[in-house]
Order: sequence, then C-alpha cells, then structure tokens
Amino acid sequence: MEKQLSPDEKLEALWQGVLSKKDPQGNPLQFQSPEAEKAYRERVLRFKDAIEMKKLPDRVPVTVFPSMFPWTYAGMTVQEAMYDYGKCAEVFQKFVLEFEPDVHWGAYAPGPGKFYEILDYKLYSWPGHGVAPEYSYQCNEGEYMKPEEYDALIQDPSGYFINVYLPRVFGALGGFQMLPFFPGILEMYGVALNFIPFGLPPVQGTFKALFEAGAEALQWIGAIGGADGALATLGFPNILGGFTKAPFDVIGDTLRGTKGIMLDMYRQPNKLLKAMEALTPLMIKMGVGSAQATGNPIIFVPLHKGADGFLSDEQFKKFYWPTLKEVILGLIEGGCIPLPALEGFWNTRLEVVKDVPKGKTLWMVDQSDIARVKKTLGKNACLLGNVSSAMLNLGTPQEVRDHVKNLIHTVGKDGGLIICNGAFFDHARPENVKAMVDAAKEYGVYK
Amino acid sequence: MSKKLVNAIADMREEEALKLVREMVKGGSDPLQILDAAREAMTIVGRRYEEGTYFLPELMLAGELLSQITDIVKPELAKMPEVKRYGKVVIGTVKGDIHDIGKNIVSFMLDVNGFEVLDLGVDVSPQKFVEAIRDFQPQVVGLSGFLTLAFDTMKETVEAIQTAGLRDKVKIMIGGGQVTDKICEYTGADAYGKDAMAGVSLARKWLGVK
Repeated sequence: MEKQLSPDEKLEALWQGVLSKKDPQGNPLQFQSPEAEKAYRERVLRFKDAIEMKKLPDRVPVTVFPSMFPWTYAGMTVQEAMYDYGKCAEVFQKFVLEFEPDVHWGAYAPGPGKFYEILDYKLYSWPGHGVAPEYSYQCNEGEYMKPEEYDALIQDPSGYFINVYLPRVFGALGGFQMLPFFPGILEMYGVALNFIPFGLPPVQGTFKALFEAGAEALQWIGAIGGADGALATLGFPNILGGFTKAPFDVIGDTLRGTKGIMLDMYRQPNKLLKAMEALTPLMIKMGVGSAQATGNPIIFVPLHKGADGFLSDEQFKKFYWPTLKEVILGLIEGGCIPLPALEGFWNTRLEVVKDVPKGKTLWMVDQSDIARVKKTLGKNACLLGNVSSAMLNLGTPQEVRDHVKNLIHTVGKDGGLIICNGAFFDHARPENVKAMVDAAKEYGVYK
Repeated sequence: MSKKLVNAIADMREEEALKLVREMVKGGSDPLQILDAAREAMTIVGRRYEEGTYFLPELMLAGELLSQITDIVKPELAKMPEVKRYGKVVIGTVKGDIHDIGKNIVSFMLDVNGFEVLDLGVDVSPQKFVEAIRDFQPQVVGLSGFLTLAFDTMKETVEAIQTAGLRDKVKIMIGGGQVTDKICEYTGADAYGKDAMAGVSLARKWLGVK
C-alpha cells in the first residue's frame, strides 16, 4: 500500500510543486530570464515564510487582491472584461507588471459572460443582464432552497444540488430535475430504467447547453490560465488553489438567503445545524480537491455572515464557528493553507477564532482593529490586508504609505504580516494602490 | 393578555405569540390593542438591538412576526389605524448597486420607530431620489450602498439633490459595509450610520425626537 502523506508532507509537496513549476505540457517552466526565475522563487518563499511563521522572510510580502480594479483602471467596462477573454487576460498581465505585487491571484474575477448567458444564471445580475456595463456583477439573494427542504439536503447534499438547487439557479439546467438517483444504479436487472431520462428532450436540451457552456468555459480558461502561465515566466506567481466556504454561509448566502437562515435559527435550529454538518465534509473536499487540481496550496474562504453585528456571540459560537472550524482544520489536514477573509469587522469574534494551529493559516483582515487581531489570532496566524477600500479610494498616497509603514512596524515587526487591500475593490486611485505596494517594499525589509 | 403578547413577541416566542393573537381575535379583543402590543414589542426589540443583546436574526424574526400579526388582525379592522409619525424618510440603494439587506433592515427599524418610510428599492438613480424628495417631502434621505462604486453614485445623488435646490430641505445619511467618515465627507452627506439603530438615532436627532 502506498504510504499516506502527513498533512505537512502534503503541503510541502504542493509548495515544491509551486517552486519547481511546470508548463501545461509537464515540462519545467521556461522563464523569460534568470532574473525572472530568481524573482519567482523569492516571491513564493517570501509568502511561504510569512505564512509559516518559523523564520522571518527577507521582507514583508505584498500583494493586491482586487475584484474589478485591474480592468476599470485600464478603462475597460466590466462587461468588456467579462466578454472579451483575451483582452481580460492581457489587461490583467499589464496590471501585474505595472504594480509588481509579490504574488497575484489571477484574472478570474470577471468570469466568462457568455457562459452565464448559455446557462441562464439567475443567482447573479451582471453587466447587460440587470447591471449597467461599467458595474460589477451582484448576487440576487433569495430562498433558492425552501424551508421544508432541509431533510432532502441533509440526506443527500449532492443529489439535492443536482436535482433541486442547480435547476433553480440555472435556467438551462431544468433537465437536471429529471436525473436519476445515481446510487440506485447497481445491477444489470433494471439498470437501463435509470437511463431513460437521458433519452428525454428536457434532459437532452440541458446536456446540449452543458456542452456549449463547457466549450465556453474552456475557451475562457485558455485565455485566463494563459495569463497565469505568462506571468509565471516573468517571475510573478499565483498561489491560489481554489476556494471553499463556511457551511453557514453556503446556506445563508445562496441556499436559504440571509433572512431564511436567520429565521431557521429560531424555527428549525436542529435541522440547520444538521445541514451544516452534512455540508462540512463537502466543503473540505471542495478545497482540498481544487488545491490538488491546481497544484496551489492557498484555499480562499470568504466569510460573510459571521461578522460583527450579524449574530450574537452565542449564536456565532453555536451556529457559525463549529463547522467553519472543522472546514479550516480539514483543509489543513488535506495539506492546504486556508485563507479565511474576515470581511467587514470581526472584533468581537477574535477570542473565539484565535486558537488555530500555528503557521498553518492566512487571514485576510478588512477593517477589524488590527492591533487586537495581532494580539489574538495574529499569535498563531499570518495576517493579510487592512488597507481599506475607503483609504484606497479617497486617501492620498502619503496616507497609504504612512499606514503601510505603521502596519509593518507594529503588526509586522516579528513577521506574520502580508500587506494587501482589506476588501475586494472595483475602484481606487491607482497611485494609492501603487503606494501600498511600493511602501511595503521600501519599509518592509527585515534586517 | 396584552402584556403576555408583548413579552412573547419581544422574547422571540413566535408560536406562542401567534397563538395568543388568534385567541385574542377569537375572544373579541380590540384589534387595535393587539397592534399596539405588537408595536410596543417592536420598541423593546429595537432597544435590545441597540444594547447589543439582539442581532439580525431577532430583527428578521420580529419583522416576520409583525407582518404575520398584521395579516391576522387586518380583516378585523375597517381600516388600519393612523400611527403617529415623527417624520418622513426616503431611502434606497444608490444607482448601480443592488444590495438590499442592510437597506431593508434600516427601513424596517425606521418604520417601527415611528417614521414614515418611502423605500425606493435598489439601483435608484439620482433623478429618482430627487423626484421622490419633491413628491414625498421627507426630512431625511437615506442612501445605501455596499460596493466601492456606491461612493461615487452617493456623491452624484447628493449633488443631484443640491442641483435640484432641495439640499437644505433634507438631511442625508449614508450607510453600507465599506462606508466610513471619510466616505461620508466625500459624498457630501450629513452623516453615516454604522448600523440600523445608528440610522434611527440620526433620524431622531435631526427631527428632534427624544
């Protein structure tokens, strides 16, 4: 039997894969120059050291993690970025080469507009489909899962997604409602009965749409993934391996909606808890699986409804944190580095979330009191962020520089800090973004 | 009976509260008295939210309870009673932004705290705000926005109100996830509220409500 790798070994294997990057054909990546190769390694190791908190990196790493900024900055509309994949990738490359962050996160934010059209995606409005061309796509929250459907979700989450949830959020996936129960496909006797749906027009229509959508997604990833490859050869790594979510947010964001989940906390708390438990292993699998597929260790976990003000402390401890903690630990177990993003303010949650294994996680901090975050969570985990959208939009380059300098001297003095924006932004003064990156390089060198 | 109902609502005992309402209606209680009890309970809910013992789940459930109770009582009333209102507020999510959860909560809290609220919904153009101010004549305008684009459209909206010659007729408050004092200054609004009760406090202050 093959020897099982320990979590640390799995992670180290991913890091080694990133460091000795291969091209899509599996050959060693051809860098544009020896300098680019050297810079690539240094940048990866700078991040790795900052996250692991064992030794100080050569300097405080810096990155920019925007949503639509690279394209709005280039004068493109979001609509163009979503529909012209080649231009989307090209503009993103220019953005990275101009701002020179240590790592980038890829040109994935706009996504393939045509693909959403083919599948008639209802969960979001996007430019040309309910949103003006210059604005970002936005979520249409709703009760896509009905209150009486918890048992179906708990019993068979994947089946629920296929037969019920996906047809509701993708107009073109109506045929999925008719798909058979796959674990029922067992023996020769009667096996063909399970496949009757595939002969029916609604299912065939859905599959036709899927073929078309798949082809579109492939075309998109060709362009966007190409940008990752090209940037790597120029010395700029992308170490994002994928994303997953807190089970509470899975239900609260896209299944039951904010109001739905909050009413369920009172009306059917046990079902809600059970459903989150059922989703937990799936959310772990989602993160670990995509880290393995991409070869990159960092798994982004955007956190929404656990922020200050949404829930009471008791509710946070009962409903939000237990399954999120399991997801975080499960990702670590699977050799990933979870990157939970504390969107908004999380000051009241720090005492609860602080006891994570040391040097195994990376936390994005938005507007929380960074000194408090450092004293709690920051003892065990590297922090990234805290340059606010307000500052990037309305501050001066000098204010940004002062803020970054202060972060480095207080939070970053013993390591465990990566300079970055705190929240995803579509708009900013470019000179402020530049000031953020440059200040980290200027003030962040460890002696 | 009323006291029991007030407590059941304020303490989030939904089934008990609805049962009590049905019993009271059946027993011939004055429907106005039931609505008064519900309103009294909402004040308690608001206070607990302000004090930090209640959070969004309680506001959501309180809103549900209030509408369910109103639905039960409505057929018993010739017309809904006039409620004393302190003033009028126009509220909406600004152009380009379709986020509405925060806005809806502020709208609800203003309503149960005695303000007449005209909610214009999401993706509301500056022109629509201006028209609503002309027609509805509010004392307070609330601009909501979650995205960074909203900083500019809030500013545009405030400017449009100014250009229409209505700026001195209204106080403007803004709110949303990324909003800070700095954003407030940028947009030209009068103040920003960090949560729903802060919005209510601002409206109270501006209208001289104690």
